[in-house]
Amino acid sequence: MKLSKVFYNGLIRENTIFVQAIGLCGLLAVTTSAINGLAMGIAVIAVTVGSNFVISLLRKVIPDKIRIPAFIVVIATFVTVVQMFMKAYTPDLDRALGIFIPLIVVNCMILGRAEAFASKYGILPSIVDGLGMGLGYTLATTTLGIIREVIGAGSLFGIQLFGPNFEPALIFIMPPGAFIILGILMGFFNYFRRKKESEGIKGATLDEFIYNID
Amino acid sequence: MNLFTILISTIFINNYVFAQFLGICPFLGVSNKTETAAGMGVAVTFVVTLASVITYVIHHYILAKLGLEYLQTIVFILVIAALVQLVEMFLKKSSPGLYRALGVYLPLITTNCIVLGVAILNIDMNYNIIETIVNALGASIGFAIALLLMAGVRENFELADIPKPLQGFPISLITAGLMSIAFLGFSGLV
Repeated sequence: MKLSKVFYNGLIRENTIFVQAIGLCGLLAVTTSAINGLAMGIAVIAVTVGSNFVISLLRKVIPDKIRIPAFIVVIATFVTVVQMFMKAYTPDLDRALGIFIPLIVVNCMILGRAEAFASKYGILPSIVDGLGMGLGYTLATTTLGIIREVIGAGSLFGIQLFGPNFEPALIFIMPPGAFIILGILMGFFNYFRRKKESEGIKGATLDEFIYNID
Repeated sequence: MNLFTILISTIFINNYVFAQFLGICPFLGVSNKTETAAGMGVAVTFVVTLASVITYVIHHYILAKLGLEYLQTIVFILVIAALVQLVEMFLKKSSPGLYRALGVYLPLITTNCIVLGVAILNIDMNYNIIETIVNALGASIGFAIALLLMAGVRENFELADIPKPLQGFPISLITAGLMSIAFLGFSGLV
């Protein structure tokens, strides 16, 4: 198994947001600005990499019957660590992301990777897979955050872009904007994927990655 | 705080799906048909209310007493997972009719973030036990309404001429956005 393939698989081919459309709750809620989106992405990377690492390490020890509760405990532990870390070092971000930090636990993507990948493969591929999936998520949150902040607040990472006379379209940093922008982004993603596939440049088929949570 | 205010505000103004983004996965996943949406709505109402009461008791009488509040996330998710299992087993024995009606939706609820979300919000907002129950009821009724409305709209997608790249999730998200704008209209109500 090539590590670069595993990485690319997480980042683009099976991008949790644009392709699989799972783990949307946190994504939609926190992307009111680019910096919040980026922070949420980094928190998720920390959890996916950490939990994939530990679960891969313990994959021969965890009995098959209780593996789901065991995975959930590992994931919840990493989420708690991230939560405490953010409370201590970046209290502003912690307030902005609020309840969606503990809710990373129920992001089905993380449990899905634990079940579909980390419980089957070695430590290094699992870490790379966690990194790829986490970065794919970060890509989505940051893109959505940048678009919503530019249109809805006229700024980027807190810096005003258009001068004082610009009237931002507030609706885009309010909840409806999140749904609409993500819908349109997914549409674009689908469009380019279809175009690429019809040109015959298909990615390698990786059957073992077929996603079967739920 | 007035109980009626909490109820109305969680159902309409701060609708957990349209304004707080909790429970988006099942909202998009099982809103294809009105009947399945109704089944999911009932199952969620049941579990959210029960989970809120139990997590409230655990937080205030066990975790807070022992100074272990930092274990909140881990304990709550385990309680919810166990609760869903228990509810499933209990319903199977005691009311097979209801069990069959809810069927596949019960196990799916563990990963529904509205359950954990409402449980944590109840603690964050310092609600007492009555307010907790009302908030949980309001949250799940709001969720059920959103799910039913969405299912009603999505049933008509089959007749519509939707551009190929937008079919499936994208058009559902855009529809949800438009519904969310409609729900903004309730914001002056309370």
